[in-house]
Amino acid sequence: MTAQTEAPQAQAGEFGRARLRKEDERLITGQTNWTDNITLPGMLHIAFLRSPYAHARILSVDVSAARSEPGVIAAYSGADFADEQGSLPCAWPVTPDILIPAHPPMAVDEVRYVGEAVACVVARDRYAAADALAAIEVDYEQLPPVLDIRTALDEASPKVHEAGNKSFEWPFAQGDIDAAFRDAPIVLERTYRQQRLIPAAMEPRAVVCSCVGGEFTLWSATQIPHVLRVMLALVTGIPEQSIRVIAPDVGGGFGSKLQVTAEEVLAVLIARKLGRPVKWTESRSEGNMTVHHGRDQWQRIRIAADSDGRLRGLDVDLLADMGAYLMLVTPGVPLLGAFMFPAIYKMDAYSFKCTGIFTTKMPTDAYRGAGRPEATFAIERMMDELAAHLGVDPLVVRERNWIKHEEFPYTTIATLTYDSGNYEAATAKAKELFGYDALRKEQEQRRASGDPVQLGIGISTFTEMCGLAPSRVLGSLAYAAGGWEQASIRMLPTGKVEVVTGSSAHGQGHETAWSQIVADQLGVPFEDIRVLHGDTQVSPKGMDTYGSRSLAVGGMALVSACDKVIEKAKVIAAGLLEASADDLEWTPGRFAVRGDPDKGVTIGEIALATFAAHNLPEGVEPSIDADATYDPDNFSFPHGTHLCATEVDTETGFVKIRSYVAVDDVGTVVNPLIVEGQVHGGIAQGIAQALYEEAVYDDDGNLVTSTLADYLVPSAADLPSYVTDRTESRAANRLGVKGVGEAGTIASTPAVVNAIVDALRPFGVDDVTMPCTPERVWRAIQTAQGGPQGIDGGAA
Amino acid sequence: MAEITVTVDGVKYADHVEPRMLLVHYLREVVGKTGTPIGCDTSNCGACTVLLDGESVKSCSVLAVQADGAEITTIQGLANGGLHPLQRAFHEEHALQCGYCTPGMIMAASDLLRENPHPSDEEIREGLEGNLCRCTGYENIVRAVRRAAEAGVSE
Repeated sequence: MTAQTEAPQAQAGEFGRARLRKEDERLITGQTNWTDNITLPGMLHIAFLRSPYAHARILSVDVSAARSEPGVIAAYSGADFADEQGSLPCAWPVTPDILIPAHPPMAVDEVRYVGEAVACVVARDRYAAADALAAIEVDYEQLPPVLDIRTALDEASPKVHEAGNKSFEWPFAQGDIDAAFRDAPIVLERTYRQQRLIPAAMEPRAVVCSCVGGEFTLWSATQIPHVLRVMLALVTGIPEQSIRVIAPDVGGGFGSKLQVTAEEVLAVLIARKLGRPVKWTESRSEGNMTVHHGRDQWQRIRIAADSDGRLRGLDVDLLADMGAYLMLVTPGVPLLGAFMFPAIYKMDAYSFKCTGIFTTKMPTDAYRGAGRPEATFAIERMMDELAAHLGVDPLVVRERNWIKHEEFPYTTIATLTYDSGNYEAATAKAKELFGYDALRKEQEQRRASGDPVQLGIGISTFTEMCGLAPSRVLGSLAYAAGGWEQASIRMLPTGKVEVVTGSSAHGQGHETAWSQIVADQLGVPFEDIRVLHGDTQVSPKGMDTYGSRSLAVGGMALVSACDKVIEKAKVIAAGLLEASADDLEWTPGRFAVRGDPDKGVTIGEIALATFAAHNLPEGVEPSIDADATYDPDNFSFPHGTHLCATEVDTETGFVKIRSYVAVDDVGTVVNPLIVEGQVHGGIAQGIAQALYEEAVYDDDGNLVTSTLADYLVPSAADLPSYVTDRTESRAANRLGVKGVGEAGTIASTPAVVNAIVDALRPFGVDDVTMPCTPERVWRAIQTAQGGPQGIDGGAA
Repeated sequence: MAEITVTVDGVKYADHVEPRMLLVHYLREVVGKTGTPIGCDTSNCGACTVLLDGESVKSCSVLAVQADGAEITTIQGLANGGLHPLQRAFHEEHALQCGYCTPGMIMAASDLLRENPHPSDEEIREGLEGNLCRCTGYENIVRAVRRAAEAGVSE
């Protein structure tokens, strides 16, 4: 066969097109397959009884009465699982001497946070299961809670675990920190609070598990079907090949579904015990208590600078609340921040120490940004403090210290090598869109006139490390797994393409963006490509989705797999065209003979000829499918300049965001629509930390913010409109892409708080603790003015 | 058990339900309308919003027995074939990411536009205050509702 054909009608240049999303149709019509929608024949429902105490010894659990309630099939306490439930995994033992306490999925002897599971009922329907929980008798002996990491290491503090309240201490130092601070003309020290947050993905967690003939299928609202499969095998001892994990449509994650949960493990064990499929769906109140929380640090930060504001050194001492146990990456979260405190700034020395401390609260773990928002907040707040100390514009201080665009690649004091960036360009564009100079003028006027509503301008010139991650770097940081990603291309006989990806989307739009990438690489139409993911039987290998890694790692794996397809297709094309492979030229979608462009064959024709396999060159396998695994050389480093204008009512403390401008450099962009959406959502979550959200425990260790009535996820009425734009410096990978999932969240929190503090500088305010509620803002003003009301209502 | 007759997306159902059964559980588990999801247990998130006799309600805060004799419209019955203008606008403005809040958001928006066919952006934001989205930051949702309003929802 020597075909003389045109390449198929691929849309030229999918890369960069604002394609509408393929995944939308099922989502806007209610045809979505959420885990809670799944019903299997004979399926039973699980309800958990949870500890009402922050810390208590379990003296006895009696589930016998629950077993005789109507519709109840079984009831279990922790003792029933003691021999088989193992310990929930921590994959990131950050130091050799780290304390990793046993973490049974269901508590057996002791509970260490409110909400820890102590028993469960399995019943015919969810109502019967919930009813029967009331018949379970548990005797507790209350133990003292441990709630404040600042005092948890005191000799007199009660212990969360017998071995103590300290999990680890992780130091990092570069340069001569003592020399940097010695005789420095300016030394500033501040302490910042990163409050505890609840990720609050809109879809509550849900798990369905079936066990047939020793083969397990687990559907879970998870970000990490592949990691979960490995971990379930390790925790339960069930052979890995007998576990299939499916993440069907997943309704958001933000890190909260990057976890191996007690309920997943217990669903597997209960399905095995009963030989029937089981389902558990959490209520929101249950989720607020028992989905891992984020942030929760105290940050002591010191900078040394020359009299012109040039940074000499940075010293950070971090206390990080681990909660009651170490979960999947709990101790690693503050480490991701460790590398980001120096941010975009040049300096001579950096010293960092993080102490991970146990409390009797829900464990913390990854939440959108994971360590990097915390670090960025602290350094961006400090740059404003330095500017205020010097009496110069905070943008000037930043420019004096940041890495100039001609200095890339640049190795920072934290030993990261930033491959590309242009802070000048992003800042110039943001200033223009924001109307920076006009707003500064208005600010002066309001100050001069004593306007009760003051104007503040907040700046965040952030960067982040994402694209997690080079496996060798993860190894050097003691993380248990690699950071590669997998992709497979299956060329179907009809010329259509199946793309299998190891990343696991839950709102990011992979089905669309991955189609765009493959369309360009293979020269096939966008519509002819289907993207498959989120099922370990369909996509056997993967590292899943978190850390803004999908595009920078998973997208690159796609390109590698396409390369292999083209390479294999070339051999078969040569046979079809009766030409030497060396004489063939590839333009996406078609091979042609050099010098004879009419003589060619399309990738679809090659796929069909390969399927038939009647006439392939000697020794060539009848397949042009390919797998590729991509391990990045480096992280990627998105950056940007976010500017926020707030109007602060100094009489009521009410903060209104008047305008918000975000200019992000996320490298090249596959789909600007998706990128803009990620930036919007990220900004919203960062604003939420600045103004609204905090997980509050009372003095007994009860979670006060256990519902969405108490935990203030902002609505459309609470948030401003955003102006977004981009600048572009290519990342060092072939696509030039960096990642965008976390940028907005990392950037926006300090922009908002800097704006509030900027508005209130004339009142002597130099900090407001987050969330900056009207009460806190008002008290900060009163305190600074020498009034009677401190932040907690105490004396100033 | 109580006997109820409810019309859901144009189809009449007669069922015996526990008096305490929530409308959203009736829709999802008895009628099989799983397009309406549940996002919270305090009626704050609005994910379960449906139309009851033409007005939006959070179906987690209505008992199935209260819907006796009523006509319910869910996201699965909103369009008369094809897509409703709001569904199309949400798609075209990229007003959804994970999509979990989307059915409730669209149903609430449809009620908003029924009451106020040409809302300002501020009125859209206030009107959707009872529906939470964690992905989009609401910017594109506001754009989508505005677009649907401009197109005319009765199109």
